[in-house]
Amino acid sequence: MYPREFCYHRPSSLKEAATMLAQLGEGAKLLAGGQSLIPLMKLRFANPAHLVDLKFVAGTSYIREEEGGIRFGALTCHAEIESSSWASKIPILHDCAAGIADPQVRNRGTIGGSLAEADPSGDWATVLMTLPTEIRCLRPEGERMIPISEFIKDAYTTALSHDEVLREIFLKLPPKGSGGAYLAFKRCAPVYPTASAAVQLTIEGDACREARIALGCVGLTPVRVKEAEAALQNQEISEQTISSATEAVRNSADPQSDMRGSADYKRSLVAALVKRAIEIARKRARGEKVEVSHLYA
Amino acid sequence: MPDAIKKVPLAVKVNGRQHSLSVEPRTLLVELLRENLDLTGTHVGCDTTYCGACTVLMNGAAVKSCTIFAVQADGAEITTVEGLEREGQLHPVQKAFADAYGLQCGYCTPGLMLSAFELLTRNNQPSEKEIRRAIAGNTCRCTGYQNIFKAIQMAAENMKGA
Repeated sequence: MYPREFCYHRPSSLKEAATMLAQLGEGAKLLAGGQSLIPLMKLRFANPAHLVDLKFVAGTSYIREEEGGIRFGALTCHAEIESSSWASKIPILHDCAAGIADPQVRNRGTIGGSLAEADPSGDWATVLMTLPTEIRCLRPEGERMIPISEFIKDAYTTALSHDEVLREIFLKLPPKGSGGAYLAFKRCAPVYPTASAAVQLTIEGDACREARIALGCVGLTPVRVKEAEAALQNQEISEQTISSATEAVRNSADPQSDMRGSADYKRSLVAALVKRAIEIARKRARGEKVEVSHLYA
Repeated sequence: MPDAIKKVPLAVKVNGRQHSLSVEPRTLLVELLRENLDLTGTHVGCDTTYCGACTVLMNGAAVKSCTIFAVQADGAEITTVEGLEREGQLHPVQKAFADAYGLQCGYCTPGLMLSAFELLTRNNQPSEKEIRRAIAGNTCRCTGYQNIFKAIQMAAENMKGA
């Protein structure tokens, strides 16, 4: 399948890329790993007149620790994150990076591309909603930081303006006693999940001090479920508190019936994923090693 | 839509041979390989980033060549199934796929062999799970995967100490 014809541009810096976007107008799109954009172009759902290729810009793929947090270059591919030492220290990052699509896609697809596409079934946005994350963006006139909660606006829509480039993802390290888990349920490796759940907990003694719960694929954007978080916060994690949390999840999920399953099925599925993710996150917060990746039908 | 689409110059090394070409930006890597370079061992299956029949190595990493524009491979080294043999001798991965009956119709085989080759280059003693994860992006509609799995185990065994 051929996409529509387009003009190809190769900037040498992200600033030049932003300037190109401003000059070329609305018909221009950024190309990162292309693992979502190229299929969309081949199906002619996306028909950009200009592509600005970021993959040749030096210094855009990195994972660095500084100021109590980690910085990911926007063009860092999923496979690099999967094999980084950071992913083993913050297991929810490993769950996410190691489960996206298949090895070939993880070798090309990037964290920045995934966030900027804002697919309602994308993995990264759901996971990063559970960690204090800011997105560093660059425009011809300067930079700004956008918290992840304000970055994703709607399905396939972000806070980025047309001439703005996603430069970096910054996330603060979770405090001691924290653990998280991300579970996505898929029919097979290359497809998007049917539903997904990210849980990040901070445990002190028997009590849960901090809980963050986010759902993917069950709404137009990933959603944080604050009622579910409140059910765990400052409580002992027990069958009863988990069940109140999953009840809140079931009520706030708003899935669509489609080829992956009915809305009712997805509501039950996502509640079950949250339950399992809470149990794994709790174990990890206590220092236990639990290996999980995406789940398959 | 722009009036005239400029062709883009491209330098790419395929199976050790350097090529300098000029391509339309929308040319996919798999088309470049099959149509411009006559390397028809790389197959187009689903053409939608699902099946992995078009898998090749780009700078050593397995990628789906139906989901990469040729211009993105500028300056890269590509290995296709034609690049696996050495001096007329089948690569151990190729030999194992034949010996273990790891193929039936053969359509998915080049892609599967390249995914297996990438795995065994990184890890010459893969566990069962690592093998299954490495070929999760390759679809086979004939074999049921068991003989493919055995072929990769056999290749790993034969490549030890090689």
